[in-house]
Amino acid sequence: MSASPPLPVGEGRGEGSLAADALPSPASLRSATFPRGRGELAGPLITALVVVLLAALPLMINRGDVVNLLFLVFLNLALGQSWNMLGGFAGQINLGHAAFFGVGALVARSLWLGGVPFPIAFVAAGVAALAFALLIGVPTFRLRGVYFAIGTLGITEVLRITTGNVLPGLSAMPPALVSNYDLTLRYELALALATACLVTAWALLRSRVGLGILSVREDEEAAQATGVGALRHKLVALALSSLFAGLAGGVFAFYHVSYYPQFPFDASWTFDAVLPVFVGGVGTLFGPIVGGILYVVVRERLAVSLTQAHQVIFGVLFILVVLALPGGLVDAWGRIKRRRLSSR
Amino acid sequence: MNPAIVIQQLAFGLFVGGTYGLAAVGLSLVFGVLKVLNVAHGELLMLGGYVSFWLFTLFGIDPFVSALITGPVLLGVGLALNQGLFRWVEQLDEEAKINNSLLISFGLTLVLQNLAQLLWTADERSVTTAYGGAGFVVGGVVLPYARIGGLAVAAGTILALDLFLRRTYFGKAVRATAEDWQAAALAGVDVQRTYLVTFGIGAGLAGIAGSLVSVGYSIAPSIGAAWMLKALVVVVLAGLGSIYGTLIAGLLLGVTEALAVFVIGASYREVVGLVLFLLVLLLRPSGLFGSRMR
Repeated sequence: MSASPPLPVGEGRGEGSLAADALPSPASLRSATFPRGRGELAGPLITALVVVLLAALPLMINRGDVVNLLFLVFLNLALGQSWNMLGGFAGQINLGHAAFFGVGALVARSLWLGGVPFPIAFVAAGVAALAFALLIGVPTFRLRGVYFAIGTLGITEVLRITTGNVLPGLSAMPPALVSNYDLTLRYELALALATACLVTAWALLRSRVGLGILSVREDEEAAQATGVGALRHKLVALALSSLFAGLAGGVFAFYHVSYYPQFPFDASWTFDAVLPVFVGGVGTLFGPIVGGILYVVVRERLAVSLTQAHQVIFGVLFILVVLALPGGLVDAWGRIKRRRLSSR
Repeated sequence: MNPAIVIQQLAFGLFVGGTYGLAAVGLSLVFGVLKVLNVAHGELLMLGGYVSFWLFTLFGIDPFVSALITGPVLLGVGLALNQGLFRWVEQLDEEAKINNSLLISFGLTLVLQNLAQLLWTADERSVTTAYGGAGFVVGGVVLPYARIGGLAVAAGTILALDLFLRRTYFGKAVRATAEDWQAAALAGVDVQRTYLVTFGIGAGLAGIAGSLVSVGYSIAPSIGAAWMLKALVVVVLAGLGSIYGTLIAGLLLGVTEALAVFVIGASYREVVGLVLFLLVLLLRPSGLFGSRMR
């Protein structure tokens, strides 16, 4: 990659952050401007505490089903939060998230089962997805709006079909790995990844480049006119998004005993990322978490009896959110809280 | 290679291509006029297929006849969907409208597909007519009646749509709205009503395409995505605003897929169309036949 061009006008934090604080920001932007002062440390501290408790959970209880459910939640959080970085923050509706997830799973699985130690295979998964994303990023970002969405959808289908043709057989862990299978290890890895996604998204929203990304979402022309390189900021969002999606694919490859190599490229993985993010609150930090927990728990509860009902429920919720509640559940909660405060 | 086999494949490519064109033309119309990319278009096609399937199974109505019923039924569904969902994003500016309608129809896809699965199970169904396997044989090439009929219905419907848009007063209003809705509104076109009826017509066209799919291809709740993808490829190939162009692009896709079977193998059949689609998207976003009307 070439050296990054000099930073555009408005150098230093003064102007940008002042404007952001002074203006009444729209609901979608609120996440970017954290309340200063007392609340500054409370959020990160509570989050750290929750993560530590969750990390210790498998030692405290002996419930494989709970650990497995939480694993699926974490995997979904990583998937959702990584989609949110590009779809929510940069406003690029990416319907090909499964491509990054699939590339990650494919690379990690092939290397790992080929004898490479898993940590290396895992890192390679993220790097491969990132490299692939940058490769397709420059041409696809020429496509605006809806053409970007359908272009990414097309790319994913090409990869899915091609993978199915090249690797038609089931990818199964050898017996030696199955007998040593340790669910807690997968659980901790998924938790670490979900946490890393959250922290990255949090840091991104507080950074200069993060504000640039948000400004591209709000108005690409205006951002470009004020010196925010739209393509460069979109590529940063894409890079982070694909990196974490690839790592999530790596976790999937580590978790599943056997699956068809084309399965991680299935469009349903994109749905799994998009639906909960919107239901929770697109472009916010905690939206993907709220939505993801709800989504996975409802899905797993209904999995035995009615898988379709789950999709119908979330499809309807999703439509309602898009039509009537653009900020998702997180925003709805915020509104209720504000109303209560103002009526006091 | 036996030339008869090649011609046979090409003929089947043309037949399926007609259905691609018909599946795409409703999508193209709605996107061109309302600026709504309805990704649930494939699901509407699937519903049309089920209507034809049940009419055949319960009452023995031939799908070519029931196309006259599925069209209006789906038109009604389309009117309801527009009133219930898409009307609410009409007022947004163009970019927000495209994104929001994309998301709404994406949710609709999940709802319709899974409702269909709850109602009718995931089994693949198809209509087996009495004339199912019969057809002309010309020089070793089989031309089944059902496929010829399908191509004729697809081409006829598209021609009728083109005439409707060119010759009738309402059709002109639709085209004016597509070009510039504000100017159309100033000239006295009821834009809301135009949107409503256009969405209905788009859904109706999906319904007729579904009837064609029920003869010779299979119907299942999950077929929507595959047909939607074909329709999208055709819309991108054709570009917006050209009704005939959509038919030609559909035929082109069908023939290209058939040729791809010989050149790189049947398992890459689906990939060829998608690669074509990506190339056109990158190199010529207005499509092969697209006018500047968008």
